[in-house]
Amino acid sequence: MNPAPPPLLRRLGEAHRRPVAFTLDGQPATALEGDTLLTAILTNASALRLSEFGDGPRAGFCLMGACQDCWVWTEAGTRLRACGTPVTAGLRIMTKEAPWPSLG
Amino acid sequence: MAQPRVTIVGAGPAGTRAAELLVAAGLHPLLVDEAADNGGQIYRRQPAGFRRPPAALYGTEAGRATALHASFDALRGRIEHWPESLAWNLRDGVLHVLRGERSHALPFDALILATGATDRLIPLPGWTLPGVFTLGGAQIALKAQACAIGRRVAFLGSGPLLYLVAAQYAKAGAEVAAVLDTAPAGARWRALPLMAARPALLAKGAALLARLRRAGVPVHRGVTPLRLCPDASGARLGGIAFRQADGREAVLDCDASGLGWHLRAETQLAGLAGCGFDFDRASRQWLPRIDADGRSEVPGLYMAGDGVRLLGADGAEIAGRLAALAVLRDLGFAPPAGADPAALRRRRQAMDRFRRGLAIAFPWPAQLVAGLPDETLVCRCEAITAGELRRSAGALDAPEVNRAKAFSRVGMGRCQGRMCGLAGAEILAAARGVPVEEVGRLRGQAPVKPLPVAALREEEA
Ligand SMILES: Cc1cc2nc3c(=O)[nH]c(=O)nc-3n(C[C@H](O)[C@H](O)[C@H](O)COP(=O)(O)OP(=O)(O)OC[C@H]3O[C@@H](n4cnc5c(N)ncnc54)[C@H](O)[C@@H]3O)c2cc1C
Repeated sequence: MNPAPPPLLRRLGEAHRRPVAFTLDGQPATALEGDTLLTAILTNASALRLSEFGDGPRAGFCLMGACQDCWVWTEAGTRLRACGTPVTAGLRIMTKEAPWPSLG
Repeated sequence: MAQPRVTIVGAGPAGTRAAELLVAAGLHPLLVDEAADNGGQIYRRQPAGFRRPPAALYGTEAGRATALHASFDALRGRIEHWPESLAWNLRDGVLHVLRGERSHALPFDALILATGATDRLIPLPGWTLPGVFTLGGAQIALKAQACAIGRRVAFLGSGPLLYLVAAQYAKAGAEVAAVLDTAPAGARWRALPLMAARPALLAKGAALLARLRRAGVPVHRGVTPLRLCPDASGARLGGIAFRQADGREAVLDCDASGLGWHLRAETQLAGLAGCGFDFDRASRQWLPRIDADGRSEVPGLYMAGDGVRLLGADGAEIAGRLAALAVLRDLGFAPPAGADPAALRRRRQAMDRFRRGLAIAFPWPAQLVAGLPDETLVCRCEAITAGELRRSAGALDAPEVNRAKAFSRVGMGRCQGRMCGLAGAEILAAARGVPVEEVGRLRGQAPVKPLPVAALREEEA
């Protein structure tokens, strides 16, 4: 197995915030209070999901709710827009398999 | 007289100044914004618990940012504020707003759209690789989340925001690999007569360049980007291949990149309301038709800020005030003491000169877009290539963007063409050998952004 690629985003400050524990692809992960889900995932990993068209991983793009390219799924199949959703303790996110339950 | 129902969409500089003026005249407007807090794009607020002072966040604009935030805070309780609320449709005089899980149908006597803008983009080969973000996205990561988009970041595009975000990254301690500007070096000098309309902004631009130079950031002008290249894993950005102004090809090593060529106005709601649009030559995009104060052709509908004329934040504040004054006048209310629309219009004229100068100094590289290789993925939402779009122009004979959309699905995805629409129009126009305005304007559909399906059902029931 290849070692996990380094996370995409790099924190430059505001590290005093309280940690928030969540689950990323079944593994425990840590974010900081005030992180969006996008920040929480991409400071731990290098992608948010796989493109449903088979053209590879995606990791968001505009961060302002316009591109709709940062959708992620919870284990329960709820779709979240990662750039505008705050991370909360106990969230269980999947990035490796996309269930695509509803394309609405 | 009964209180008229006045609604504003967008709590940026334009929407905030409009609300303030309406309150001063004795009205109680409803202000709707999709974001969690007020401020809009440039004056976006960081989440609770972050500690950086305004000077660190907004630099030379810190004074304006705190002034706007203070004005907004003073309005709390005197306006109805719906944050995290998406205006998703506008038709037959009713605005539809999703707030929490519920959609509300809101009739109005006057509605001001102050919806701002997003980055204007070019779909370069490799632009979907993790590590590639928009310029605005790169700035939001820094401003609102205290993160850099990577370890070694390159900025590619053109326009003032390109240099600004690069300088903000350098100042925050990120490694900036280079600034790659597609504008030829000489273009700035041709634009000087128009840009002299705002000498203070010219000086700010020069100071930014000096700061980048001091930080040792290489600035390449007149580049032609070729592709965003994957790293050895194939799963993220590893570099940018580009042609220098002298014709030599080079690859810049970087693991992240912010892309952007000025802005595109967020006009979906105006389109759904049935407003007329005109093609604006300077910004090469279709903009809603308004009068000097922001009245549209649809009765009761007004527009202000970057969502209708891309004049920047100061221009947005002025436009917000002008639109509010127009609302007051049309509803038969006296303007608050001291309101001087003529002076506001004059100030805005200087800004419009400057804006036209910017478009000359940092031109949109239409040729580059028109010539993108066939295999380039134009639509990020549905993975549709430039080749497929050209085929809809040729074999399928689509004369304009909405027909091409029906054939190729470019612009039909869940971003509704916000990322690819303007570039797609250039590709289609070039393939048909006509000017870009002849292939028309991509029409939006409701909902302007995807909604949870449950919300729609609830309103219908
Ligand atoms: C990402 C980005 C970064 C920028 N950074 C700078 C900068 O550093 N310096 C600079 O001088 N200029 C910058 N600009 C330009 C500057 O932000 C604008 O000139 C200025 O903010 C325009 O003000 P506005 O009020 O028209 O719109 P905005 O400030 O963009 O505000 C529009 C608001 O409308 C809301 N909105 C839009 N559509 C809807 C909807 N359907 N429903 C509900 N709410 C909606 C948005 O959430 C947003 O809060 C930036 C622009 C962008 C896009």
